[in-house]
Amino acid sequence: MISRDDVAHLAQLARIELEASEIDHLAGQLEVILGAVARVQEVAGADVAPTSHPLPLKNVFRPDVIRPSLTPEEALSGAPASEEQRFRVPQILGEE
Amino acid sequence: MITQNASEMAAAVAAGEITSEALTQAHLSRIAEVDEKVHAFLHVDAEGALAQARAVDAARAKGEKLSPLAGVPLALKDVMVQKGVPTTCGSKILEGWRPPYDATVVTKLKNAGVVILGKTNMDEFAMGSSTENSAYGPTHNPWDLTRIPGGSGGGSSASLAAFEAPLAIGTDTGGSIRQPAAVTGTVGVKPTYGGVSRYGLVAFSSSLDQAGPCARTVLDAALLHEIIGGHDTYDSTSIDAPVPAVVAAAKMRNVKGMRIGVVRELGGEGYQAGVLQRFNESVEVLRGLGAEIIEVSCPHFEYALPAYYLIAPSECSSNLARFDAMRFGLRVGDDRARSAEEVMNLTREAGFGPEVKRRIILGTYALSSGYYDAYYGSAQKVRTLIINDFNAAFAQVDVLISPTSPTTAFKIGEKADDPLAMYLNDIATIPVNLAGNCAMSIPCGLAPEDGLPVGLQIIAPAMADDRLYRVGGALEAAFNEAWGGPLMNMAPSLTGGVR
Repeated sequence: MISRDDVAHLAQLARIELEASEIDHLAGQLEVILGAVARVQEVAGADVAPTSHPLPLKNVFRPDVIRPSLTPEEALSGAPASEEQRFRVPQILGEE
Repeated sequence: MITQNASEMAAAVAAGEITSEALTQAHLSRIAEVDEKVHAFLHVDAEGALAQARAVDAARAKGEKLSPLAGVPLALKDVMVQKGVPTTCGSKILEGWRPPYDATVVTKLKNAGVVILGKTNMDEFAMGSSTENSAYGPTHNPWDLTRIPGGSGGGSSASLAAFEAPLAIGTDTGGSIRQPAAVTGTVGVKPTYGGVSRYGLVAFSSSLDQAGPCARTVLDAALLHEIIGGHDTYDSTSIDAPVPAVVAAAKMRNVKGMRIGVVRELGGEGYQAGVLQRFNESVEVLRGLGAEIIEVSCPHFEYALPAYYLIAPSECSSNLARFDAMRFGLRVGDDRARSAEEVMNLTREAGFGPEVKRRIILGTYALSSGYYDAYYGSAQKVRTLIINDFNAAFAQVDVLISPTSPTTAFKIGEKADDPLAMYLNDIATIPVNLAGNCAMSIPCGLAPEDGLPVGLQIIAPAMADDRLYRVGGALEAAFNEAWGGPLMNMAPSLTGGVR
């Protein structure tokens, strides 16, 4: 049901550089887990409404007032790299 | 002194019989003495704790009014941020990170003069039932050091059972407060969803996660619940209503006339004989106390576990996208040649452990086009059916009861590479998270076959958390009378000497 290629593709979508041995191991385990959780389909009829959340909340608003927040130094305190009060990240676009 | 209840410790501090500093030092000494064996803590903040304790002592000296738990030490699960104190969530991806702010729960604890000793061990990002998934090594159950202390909050439960702290904070997404409480002979409460702020709690599955109190007694848990509960504008899913009167309920010690439902589907096959024996005895104790016992059926509970293992991984695959190596935490392979995406992929591979990867991949699958309706969509429908089951049950009874966990503490390593076997530990606790109501685990004895603690789960409707404490308090009093003292008196000593 779930192939080695599927797992490799999912890992790419999830931005995890899995090793080949991990892909093999996971493919077998996911097969077993998916077989077990697929049982939800037995009772999930078209007449049952889905629930995404225990509270019937829509939008929650508060007054738009200025309140204390982190300083740039605090916000950057855990950054792997920073420069001129900004997060420094590896290149996002290619050279051309 | 360290074997007292938190309420007794607070009374001693308030009366001037002991300083909070001495009380805190006693717990720090206990941690130094036994934590090498137990490994409940990932970080001990001795300096910060002693400073907090001295502040309470100074406030008392000035005649200021103290909160009901002022000066009492507490262990904080490492999934909750505390400003300047390392927070790892049991993961390598956050190793060394020091949060720049306090969680709302932490702010409330500090304002109440509760002394935070340090951060407790947990399954990585709260994914697990044994604390074996911590990147920093497992925690050991103080009742038997070769066994698991439950999970994900095994550090918090073990710290209580090892008398390293009288109070702890846990979080419960599928049972991570209640199952550790059950297997360590302690008390743990998952409050109503939205009853305690999630601001500053590192998210695993946002529609299920709930922080709550852990303690050695029902009253101590109630006192802590009142401190940490309540509305918070920083959490949009926080319920804007007063905290239920849990302390008063814990002191009632009377269940006469209460209607208590035994859930037919949470017992029987798959449950250890000694667990069922102690549970059935507890039912008779409740009957003897004047409660009306009614058997109820919740036919869709058997689908709760499969639904949970679609919903929680789906939400986690989204929530854990924030660990992207850009703004905080680990960054691997940034050689100024690799792209951001390549660095992200390498970092997440190096920083996440096997269970976290397994769940992210599973959730990514359940949410992907072509599979969404069959998996995540179906699981959401099961969630509705579970809520309907609870509504029907609570039309008949005031609370429901069941065993908390199908077994007592198992051996470390026993289920480590069998995810499905591990997931079954939460079979009785998960329905509550899916519906968003509240539940408690209290000790109900030792299983005859292995001498290990058994937990009893009490379940109440949303925002009726006080009912948990009413039933829990009454049962605890009855048990203590029958046992000649609290269950903890039967725990082995960790030091060879007198505890």
